Amino acid sequence: MDLTLTAEERAFRAEVRAFLRANIPAETKRKVDLGLPLVKDDYVVWQKILYARGWIAPTWPKEHGGPGWSPIQRYLFDEELAAASSPRLITFGLKMLGPVLIEFGTEAQKARFLPRILASDDWWCQGYSEPGAGSDLAALTTRAVPDDDDYIVNGQKTWTTLAQYADWMFCLVRTSNEAKKQAGISFLLIDMTTPGVTVRPIRMLDGGVEINDVFLEDVRVPKENLVGAENDGWTVAKFLLTRERFGIAGVARSKVQMARVRDIAAKELKGGCPLIEDARFRERLAEVEIDLTALEMTELRLLSEEAAGRPPGPESSILKLKGTEVQQAITELLLDACGINGHALDPDLIDGLARTDGANLVPLVPEHAATVAGHYFNWRKASIYGGSNEVQRNIIAKAILGL
Amino acid sequence: MNFTFSEEQLLIRDAAERYFREAGGPEIRRRHQALIGGFCPETWAAFADMGWLALGIPEVFGGIGGGGVETAILMEAMGRGLSVQPYLATVGLAAWAVSHGAPPDLAAAVLPRVAAGELILSFAHLEPGMRHDLDRVACRAVADGGAFRLTGEKVLAPFGGQAVMTVVAARTAGAPGETQGLTLFLIDVDAPGLTLRDHATVDDLRAATLVLDDVPVPAERILGEVDDGHGLLSAAVDRGAALLAAEATGLMAALVDGTVGYLKQRRQFDRPLSAFQALQHRLTEMYLETELTRSLVYMAAVRIDGDDPQAAARAVAQAKAKTGQAGRLVGQEAVQLHGGMGVTDEMAVGHYFKRLTMIDQALGDRAHHLERLAAAPD
Repeated sequence: MDLTLTAEERAFRAEVRAFLRANIPAETKRKVDLGLPLVKDDYVVWQKILYARGWIAPTWPKEHGGPGWSPIQRYLFDEELAAASSPRLITFGLKMLGPVLIEFGTEAQKARFLPRILASDDWWCQGYSEPGAGSDLAALTTRAVPDDDDYIVNGQKTWTTLAQYADWMFCLVRTSNEAKKQAGISFLLIDMTTPGVTVRPIRMLDGGVEINDVFLEDVRVPKENLVGAENDGWTVAKFLLTRERFGIAGVARSKVQMARVRDIAAKELKGGCPLIEDARFRERLAEVEIDLTALEMTELRLLSEEAAGRPPGPESSILKLKGTEVQQAITELLLDACGINGHALDPDLIDGLARTDGANLVPLVPEHAATVAGHYFNWRKASIYGGSNEVQRNIIAKAILGL
Repeated sequence: MNFTFSEEQLLIRDAAERYFREAGGPEIRRRHQALIGGFCPETWAAFADMGWLALGIPEVFGGIGGGGVETAILMEAMGRGLSVQPYLATVGLAAWAVSHGAPPDLAAAVLPRVAAGELILSFAHLEPGMRHDLDRVACRAVADGGAFRLTGEKVLAPFGGQAVMTVVAARTAGAPGETQGLTLFLIDVDAPGLTLRDHATVDDLRAATLVLDDVPVPAERILGEVDDGHGLLSAAVDRGAALLAAEATGLMAALVDGTVGYLKQRRQFDRPLSAFQALQHRLTEMYLETELTRSLVYMAAVRIDGDDPQAAARAVAQAKAKTGQAGRLVGQEAVQLHGGMGVTDEMAVGHYFKRLTMIDQALGDRAHHLERLAAAPD
């Protein structure tokens, strides 16, 4: 057991740090630091910079364009990304579909889609949940009926994150009602420009739009877009969900957010003194930091096991569950640190207008407090998406405790 | 960076787990408690044979080296096995302080006998009203030529009645509340002027109250520097706290396993209790909290051997504070999920629960360590 970095690991970290800090676009960094909304270009421009450096897909095998990093190097890279105020890399292509295609795709599918995922030329979204299929995902009813070389797809997907930007959607569809419900599902790739695809934005608690309904009406999808065997999509879906869970702990980002809490608490006052000097507030910080450190050390245990050739199984559910709990606890700290300053709604400040049009030169709230309430409201999603935390508990109860 | 056990560490873990599967658990514990002295000399000799008492002791003094991680592995296994041996007192606290503070002649006289299982040591730093604040030591040590004479009262010295010698923290200068002026001594328990009262603890271990009345201690028995013992004392106590947290992890893991087993076997409403989701999710939380605690425990075990004392103190405080919170949760839930059986003396669960509960009270409770973390500079 050794928690110090080797000379090679330190050199790697220094190289990554220097590159990220020198190349992150200043405006993107500012938005991330203040928790302001990002637009499509913020993501794509930055991802293309990482792509050009060969670092866009740390988890991919080298022959498909991954950098060939060890689990510890991936951990260090995540740390440095967060510390450099990188936007979250959009996971749908890079962390979800990419590994799925590498595992289950045909050669033609790999050749067609993987390079465009790496280059961020295609934006992918995930068509899993439906109005009647949330935690019980296998209850999905979107139908795909064979018709010559195509499927005709009808149904509705929902909670589809950033579908408004998407060129493509990977989608679970029902191709059979014969056997038990998991056995009749297939994994299909759908071009979002196909006639019959309609995207309807859903406004969230913070006023932003990041999730959507996707309506599918007689959508014609070529059979060559089927991944894995027909009716074997559940195997693919489960593989993808375990991938989604890994890295979802968000330890690096939570560490940066904790630093933000401290910064804000140094600016906010209580009893005429900086809040950061308040003993009770400091104990709350200490408590959240304990759980964050415990999570980080648990992730390091699992990564070290992986490096020793023992990849994690259901233990990744620990990271999803406790990771999102810690993230939510930090959003509470941010909200509480800002106190009354987080109450007023200042859309101009959030949209960045206060600086440009001159009409609203005096912001209603301090810049650091503009988004904390919205962030808190928005982040309740974390314990719901990616397999709700209750589903994670079911997995742990069954797969680890044998209940 | 590598946060897995080495081959040697896995061997220690496997040997310890194997040993306590045979020689651990509440039945053995009850038998050992009933022996004179409240522990089992044959078991202690077995610990010595396996090299466990030589852990952390330098090789020149008959030890086998090794450090925090190896000792934590053993303590975790002892927790699982509900061991009542004076391991923490002798090896974790006192022998460590001797290794790091004694003049070579004293170390050479004491440590080989500890490693061989011939010498049990205690650690007497607590006093009435002191709670967890090490600078509150009031016991006086007055210079008498080159020697000292100690007067004061020490409480809860672990296995003090079974020990031959004990480390004592006393004040050679300054007043309670000051870190400066503390000195550590290694004294003989049968020294003139020392009255000892051996007693049981609520978690079925042994401890002793020591009343010192002008007890003479020669200069060769000083550990570390005169007046400057606070650093050595707090490092020893931090090491002990990390090891207690390791023991707690073993206790928690045993409670999770035991409760899983009980829920599978106990039937109500024509179903095993393990089929109820409300109970499954509570067990899941117990499991998660145990794993998170274990991660912090081994971080602390690594850091206490590192070269950054601030990082070590922080890691220990985090691990021990987490142990307090998680230990309460796991202990209380284990009793609750065992139903009426959980509050009887017959079931194993209660014995684990008691030990786990009292670990939070020892060497700094959750509130104490949180306060330390909050007070540390950013």
